[in-house]
Amino acid sequence: MEHILEINNLNKKFREFELKDLNIKMDKGYIMGFIGPNGAGKSTTIKLIMNLLKKDSGEIKVFGMDNIIHEKEIKNRIGFVMDESHFYEELTVTETKRIISPFYKDWDDKTFNKYLKGFGISPAKRIKELSKGMKMKLSLAIALSHNAQLLIMDEPTSGLDPIVRSELLEILADLIQDENKGVFFSTHITSDLDKIADYITFINEGRIIFSASKDDILEKYGLVKGAKEILDNETKQLFVGIKENKYGFEGLAKDKHEVKKILGEKAVVEKPSLDDIMLYFTRRTLNV
Amino acid sequence: MDIIISNSSQEPIYEQIVRQIKNLIMRGDLVENELLPSIRNLAKELQISVITTKRAYEELERDGYIYSVPGKGSYIAAQNKELLKEMRIKIVEGKLIEAIEAAKSIELTLDELYEMLKLFYEEVV
Repeated sequence: MEHILEINNLNKKFREFELKDLNIKMDKGYIMGFIGPNGAGKSTTIKLIMNLLKKDSGEIKVFGMDNIIHEKEIKNRIGFVMDESHFYEELTVTETKRIISPFYKDWDDKTFNKYLKGFGISPAKRIKELSKGMKMKLSLAIALSHNAQLLIMDEPTSGLDPIVRSELLEILADLIQDENKGVFFSTHITSDLDKIADYITFINEGRIIFSASKDDILEKYGLVKGAKEILDNETKQLFVGIKENKYGFEGLAKDKHEVKKILGEKAVVEKPSLDDIMLYFTRRTLNV
Repeated sequence: MDIIISNSSQEPIYEQIVRQIKNLIMRGDLVENELLPSIRNLAKELQISVITTKRAYEELERDGYIYSVPGKGSYIAAQNKELLKEMRIKIVEGKLIEAIEAAKSIELTLDELYEMLKLFYEEVV
């Protein structure tokens, strides 16, 4: 099956930062979360997908088509939401729509009005009168009103309260009831993804650490707690990272089943959150 | 159909779904040819990922509990009646053993337990 989004060996070098050999594959019908700490390369990657930045080398395909050669066609089928509002503050919601809608071939006023109503956004309001959450919802309403098949969002939940975030997750779950659609979004608030994301791609310092199904990731890694005496040069190899304190240690095990086999009753193994995983992977690079 | 997902449980979520649907079939709450919710709808309702529900359905299909019709959905498969009954008897046995263990821990005699069982058997409709 053709991937809805496919990135092959993508490279982009800046003076002090480099995206190195990025590979991502995503199938339609699913939600992929793109996680990593600030400055890891999430926004750069998204800008490269949207052709807002020029790549050095590599290949980006959306709906199986090259993202530069078929840029216009692809963008007609992408809904794009950025982390900050880029609308003119002085215009009303309706005026904003009038400016944006002609750019899309399949713009649908009915859908747009339905979303505005659902989100409780008054069409007569000026952009500057909208709260941050409302602006994000307006972006989303626009992104969803031209029959987009792929929704790409850069940090849509940052700065939003938990209620708006949970509403957004519901909208996303609704969207992929259609198995031809897909969602790719970056976030550093991983609790948003713990529940509904199908795939997680984790980027750190411009490199992909892993890109896999969330269930496989949470199944594989384990948060281990135990007494410091069980740590030696050999057992330390079982961990991505270890945090020692006065009374014991906590670490992220590369393979929780192996740890259970080797350490048995001597350690407690818990299910990690994506936050735990992100933390230990990024800590290691700090410590080395 | 009730399915309750615990996010803090050690049991993987897809296994929780498999186990609960199997139980619903064994208890007779889900019957032959009954249509199950779609993979995507179940994921949305339970607020879990589509992959998780997909894996649960695949597991159930592999074990013969459900069958899927392309383009239509997943249905409860015909269950082997003998096997089903056997499984239900196993459930009863398990609960009886639990009761016996509880009774032994407070030193109830078999006769006392039997009297109790008889009383409740007649009471419960």
